Amino acid sequence: MNFVDFRNVWLAYNEELLAAGNYAVEDISLQVTEGEFIAIVGPSGCGKSTFMKLTTGLKMPSRGTITIGGQPVTGPLKISGMAFQAPSLLPWRTTVDNVLLPLEIVEPYRSTFKSRRKEYEAKARDLLKSVGLAGYEDKFPWQLSGGMQQRASICRALVHEPKMLLLDEPFGALDAFTREELWCALRDLHAAQKFNVILVTHDLRESVFLADTVYCMSRSPGRFVVKREIDLPRPRDLEVTYTPHFTDIVHELRGHIGAVRKAGVAVPQ
Amino acid sequence: MKISKNVERWSPVIVLVAVLLLWQLVCVVFSIPEFIFPSPLQIAQAFAEFASPIMEAAWKTFWVTMLGFAISIVVGILLGFLIGSSRLAYTALYPLMVGFNAVPKAAVVPILVVWFGIGLGPGITTAFLISFFPITVNIATGLATLEPELEDVLRVLGAKRWDVLIKVGLPRSMPYFYGSLKIAITLAFVGTVLAEMTAGDSGIGYLMQTAGSQQRMSLAFAGLVTIGAMAMAMYELFSWVEKRTTGWAHRGSQAA
Repeated sequence: MNFVDFRNVWLAYNEELLAAGNYAVEDISLQVTEGEFIAIVGPSGCGKSTFMKLTTGLKMPSRGTITIGGQPVTGPLKISGMAFQAPSLLPWRTTVDNVLLPLEIVEPYRSTFKSRRKEYEAKARDLLKSVGLAGYEDKFPWQLSGGMQQRASICRALVHEPKMLLLDEPFGALDAFTREELWCALRDLHAAQKFNVILVTHDLRESVFLADTVYCMSRSPGRFVVKREIDLPRPRDLEVTYTPHFTDIVHELRGHIGAVRKAGVAVPQ
Repeated sequence: MKISKNVERWSPVIVLVAVLLLWQLVCVVFSIPEFIFPSPLQIAQAFAEFASPIMEAAWKTFWVTMLGFAISIVVGILLGFLIGSSRLAYTALYPLMVGFNAVPKAAVVPILVVWFGIGLGPGITTAFLISFFPITVNIATGLATLEPELEDVLRVLGAKRWDVLIKVGLPRSMPYFYGSLKIAITLAFVGTVLAEMTAGDSGIGYLMQTAGSQQRMSLAFAGLVTIGAMAMAMYELFSWVEKRTTGWAHRGSQAA
């Protein structure tokens, strides 16, 4: 069953661009099955974030259809959680209060928030503990490091048990060691809760390590030019990133992206 | 040259004392008459002599200002919320408000006297009129400059605009709000005293006006000092409230 179904989706940002035929993304077709982890890799400005906006319903396609969970997308979804490159935690709330934020907005948690607050708080604290932030729940975001804030941001994206997690270059601002730690944290969360993940990244190793399928996007206007199933067995240890097979896959994908960056794609007239 | 912490803490007091001494010196050395420029000693004498009327007038000015200020907080928040949350309201109302605010309130007081008569009315109203604008502007700015990243976090969950404004916009605007309170309270005092001077029958403004007309400069200056002290006390109060409630916004400067 296809959980996420994009069929021939095109998007132009506004009326003028649409009339001029200047699309941000073109002819996107993509199917994601339930529980699948996909990664989208592409050069800067290719339309990855635009794709994200289409998936979350923050923008409507100019052409084509998007179906998620069998329902056509008409607006922001409540069944998804999203984390961005900047953690964007609210500085006047403690970490655990930040993680609780989605539960104050999304039904069915919102109406029962006051009555079941203790239960929800315990859930949030458990989530924070599972990513290694035990003891930091009552601290303010500015007392945490960048990596810890990003971990909290991912917890916030998962607290309302979404079926789909969307990550827009979430580890881009972190150092290499923290990044590897968070890869493992994400891998474990995904294995435990089996939600869909759509990860947008520019890091090829990250995409091959984490994803079941990797899509490569061309330069703007973005099109999917490559789809590669990653056949590495799960659970994947960090060590696998240093095996020849892994390196071959990364190398192959890099070749595709390189070709895309050199040649570019002609803007349709 | 290393400045000890104690010296740093007492430095404002030291400067004040130095200024008072200099002032006294200048008055004595140049034999400046009391009815032109009283010395600190003469002002202190006026305080002692007229303590009761000064306190009474100060109290009257104080609570009239507080009343006007309270109204301006309520109106400031509501108006600021409206203007900051709706682009239409912003475009429609802002020019009008700026024009209104540009009118010198001294010119408005006589009109207020016609409407409310001499007494409390003009005092409270002038304090309100003069002090609500900074509050409105700051709240509106805080809301209108909400970072899109913070907004996205909620929008992605399907939050309505109202949710975003209440949960993110308003808390984020609180530093601006408390900052504006500090300005607004001093303006409110200006408004009240202005009204009292022009068309009042009590309060410090009236006291200063009558003292001036009777050539009692020391008394007038004593009134001046009283107002200054009150306004400063209120400023410090709101400064303290600001630190307590918006500590998160000052996290960069926490090098205590």
